[in-house]
Amino acid sequence: MKKTILSKDKIKHIAKLANLSLGEKELQKYTEQLSSVLNYVEILRQVRTRNVPPTYQVLDETKNIFREDEIKESFSQKDALAQSKATHNGYFLARNVFEERETSTKILKHKKRKVIDKYNAILSLVNSKGNVGHKDLFITKGIETTAGSRVLEGYIPQYNSSVVSDFIEAGFITKYKLNQDAWGHGASGENSDFGPTKNPWNIKKVAGGSSSGSAVVVATRKVDVATATDTCGSIRMPSAYNNVCGIKPTYGAVSRYGVIAFASSLDCPGLLSTSVGKLKKFFNLINKKDLFDATSQSKSRGRNLGKQKGIIGIPIEFLSDGIDSEIKKIFMQAVDTFKKANFKIKKVSLPHTKYGIAAYYIIAPTEAASNLARYDGVRYGNDRNYFGPEAKRRIMLGTFASSAGYTGRYYEKAARVRTLFIRDLEKAYKKVDAILAPVSPIPPFDIGEKSGDPLQLYLMDIYATPSSLSGTPSLSIPCGFTKNDLPVGMQIMGPRWSEEMLFDLGEKYQRLTDWHKRKPNLADE
Amino acid sequence: MNNRLEPTIGLEIHAELRTNSKMFCGCTADHFGKIPNTQTCPVCLGLPGALPVPNKKAVEWTIMLGLALNCKVNRVSKFDRKHYFYPDLPKGYQISQYDEPLAINGWLEIQNPNSKIPEKIRITRVHLEEDTGKLQHTTLDGKRVTLVDFNRSGVALVEIVTEPDIHSGSQTKEFAQKLQNIIRYLGISDCDMEKGSMRLEANTSWGLDLGYKVEIKNLNSFRFVEKAVDYDLVRQKAMLDKGETPRQETRGWSEKEGKTVTQRYKETAADYRYFPEPDIPPMIFDKAFIERIGKSIPELPETMLNRFVKQYAIRKDYAEILTTEKNLANFTEKVFKLAYSNKIPLDKVAGYIVNSKIDYKKVEPKEIITLIQKKKAGKVENEEAIVKWIDAVLKLNPQAVADYKKGKLNAISVLIGNVMKISKGSANPMKVRQLIEKKLSD
Repeated sequence: MKKTILSKDKIKHIAKLANLSLGEKELQKYTEQLSSVLNYVEILRQVRTRNVPPTYQVLDETKNIFREDEIKESFSQKDALAQSKATHNGYFLARNVFEERETSTKILKHKKRKVIDKYNAILSLVNSKGNVGHKDLFITKGIETTAGSRVLEGYIPQYNSSVVSDFIEAGFITKYKLNQDAWGHGASGENSDFGPTKNPWNIKKVAGGSSSGSAVVVATRKVDVATATDTCGSIRMPSAYNNVCGIKPTYGAVSRYGVIAFASSLDCPGLLSTSVGKLKKFFNLINKKDLFDATSQSKSRGRNLGKQKGIIGIPIEFLSDGIDSEIKKIFMQAVDTFKKANFKIKKVSLPHTKYGIAAYYIIAPTEAASNLARYDGVRYGNDRNYFGPEAKRRIMLGTFASSAGYTGRYYEKAARVRTLFIRDLEKAYKKVDAILAPVSPIPPFDIGEKSGDPLQLYLMDIYATPSSLSGTPSLSIPCGFTKNDLPVGMQIMGPRWSEEMLFDLGEKYQRLTDWHKRKPNLADE
Repeated sequence: MNNRLEPTIGLEIHAELRTNSKMFCGCTADHFGKIPNTQTCPVCLGLPGALPVPNKKAVEWTIMLGLALNCKVNRVSKFDRKHYFYPDLPKGYQISQYDEPLAINGWLEIQNPNSKIPEKIRITRVHLEEDTGKLQHTTLDGKRVTLVDFNRSGVALVEIVTEPDIHSGSQTKEFAQKLQNIIRYLGISDCDMEKGSMRLEANTSWGLDLGYKVEIKNLNSFRFVEKAVDYDLVRQKAMLDKGETPRQETRGWSEKEGKTVTQRYKETAADYRYFPEPDIPPMIFDKAFIERIGKSIPELPETMLNRFVKQYAIRKDYAEILTTEKNLANFTEKVFKLAYSNKIPLDKVAGYIVNSKIDYKKVEPKEIITLIQKKKAGKVENEEAIVKWIDAVLKLNPQAVADYKKGKLNAISVLIGNVMKISKGSANPMKVRQLIEKKLSD
């Protein structure tokens, strides 16, 4: 395999393109870390993609989504300027563009944020009488929304996300804004700029991410339902690590409007709750098209899946290498439960599984680097020096992968591999109704245990990649506990728009088991 | 070797569409002279979480323009993100079109100075994008700062790119005027150079293989376009003759100094990292849709001009003037019809409308007929007498004189009108025009 050598000069150039000021130390660190990720990504070159078209969006051939040319109300000048740190006579004030910016190498000193709860799951207590918690990626009008990042600390949005509006319209009251890996970047819940979220089953362990706070407040029964998002496992991972149920919907089923974007072609807003029955009920509140999100207007929405075969697939690639033996054993017991419920179990192959992480860690950072470009501290929030290390890493990686001369090798290549993932699943769903798989290859691990090596953490997302890259839904539910009393979860994946079927399967399983009823010890709450 | 050198000019022209709302949100698109930051929303301010939804009318109008410019409309088209950092670009990227623009491969004809056959200027592409906010650089408390107004942010903008087929300042001006006229006939943009709703950038050099190009921009009138391009081509040639290569740079026009000057601008990285806009589904048009838009295209200036010459048998130079504006052309046609039934020769009517101070917006077509009928045959042709009237009028109308010198050529009609007034209608308006033009060009 050809080694990708990233020079420091190249990294400097990328930092300039990404509008990041990096100190010498950071440059050195990112040169090493990016090289290691890029070396890993080289496995994509093993995949033949010459005649495979790239997939940049998963939309069921949805096309020509327009708005009529009608004027809608704008913000008042006061509202427009309200979140800016510097204004003058109705204008935003920006640094003079002709002045060279000095490279800031000084380390920012942050005020410590008040920790609200024992698990550091809650960023703001909005209303103690409330009944829904929102992941902090959801824009809440008048309520601080940080995305778990210092960049947005203190930002009070001027509008509501569509999902938050749906909950308000249904009579819900926002109780919490919830901690998360900053910008959704993380599988463990350790990447929040406001400190890691802790696992209520064992406070030394990670809570899983990125929707860490959402899973914890549901697990500890502080709310019945919390919003969350899943770009590649961010609902499923914390759901598994906290023993709660989560739905990562079909891409486009739930509006992304007002959900701070991580990777636009992958982001799926969804929910966490204590049982599949409840999840199904809450999901109906937000499962609808939104005129503000052009990608939520698929004509296939609500299509009839046809008669079910009564066959559930098990992906052989998930159960060979790299899976913890205890997780595998617990998962196979869950498979047996379905067998006893008269489902046929059939092995299926998702042959491109091993390329999932590589493809994902090109596509997602490329889109993330773009989506995070708006944070310049002019109209709201703080400047780009406030990005945490993981965000900077992904911005750098994504900027590199989409820079001139590299798109063919990275972004476009990954998009072609993405097409192969879609084909793998389409083929599988011709034989089976749904695919059952573990959520995580390993049980919750110690906080800090893997933080030195970003690639190791990236590899945790492996089982999340098929449904994320293909925009298909996945329901994550509890299926047992390890010897150390740590929860284990499984996911039921289905074709696009098959949420109803997934909920039915989940409910069937939960009628036969009561793993989902177990709660962490809340005695000392 | 220098004999082979030839002025080579390609244009990039931006026009703001006059849709009601912006390109990707419902904020009003009419931004000129409005109180800063009063026409924004989450989308055009680039707030976290906001998403774009494209304006249908803007898409249809861009296709219409493509067809009017003889382009092929792409049946499959999409939006892309173009990345660069600048405080007037709220998202850190502009939603634009990269490799699948709405329309490609068109052309527009302009005069060829060396031949009677008009010259075809090839149009590379016509695409749709969003405008940026507006910056003002100033000093506050001794600190240099930039003020930002986002009212313009997200206004629908079409970009028309030509091949480097243009060879002089006057051709550049002619092309731009012709394009402006077409766009105005379509009714899709005001195309006002002064207000910035039409913006022109000329990439100039003495050949594509010389390893440089000079971009001339920030030109707010057609007169400046011509002057700036011609001036800079001479400047470049002088350098080339000395064996130097002109610097690749952006230059603007200084009317005060009568020359092009290096534009102070912030260099942004030239790597735009285009990728398909994931927030917007692709556009796929069927033949019927494109044909329907094609059928809705009104008669274009060129067609109308030719029709005027053929159908009404008027002089071509009159027809050219009378079709420079769609409303004027429609007005003229009404007058023609009345004149025909009143047995007044149409060429005379055309001449009258061209030469007299007629504000067609304020006059009814039939009043023109009455005026022509009243008019006596005899006209003062004596230059001395006319010049006296002109001198008086120029003194009384410094604003119109200044406007004309700034490039607002139609300011001359005010002056002609006033001369006609003083002369009580006795001066030959053609002569008056000639003499004023001569005087003001001195």
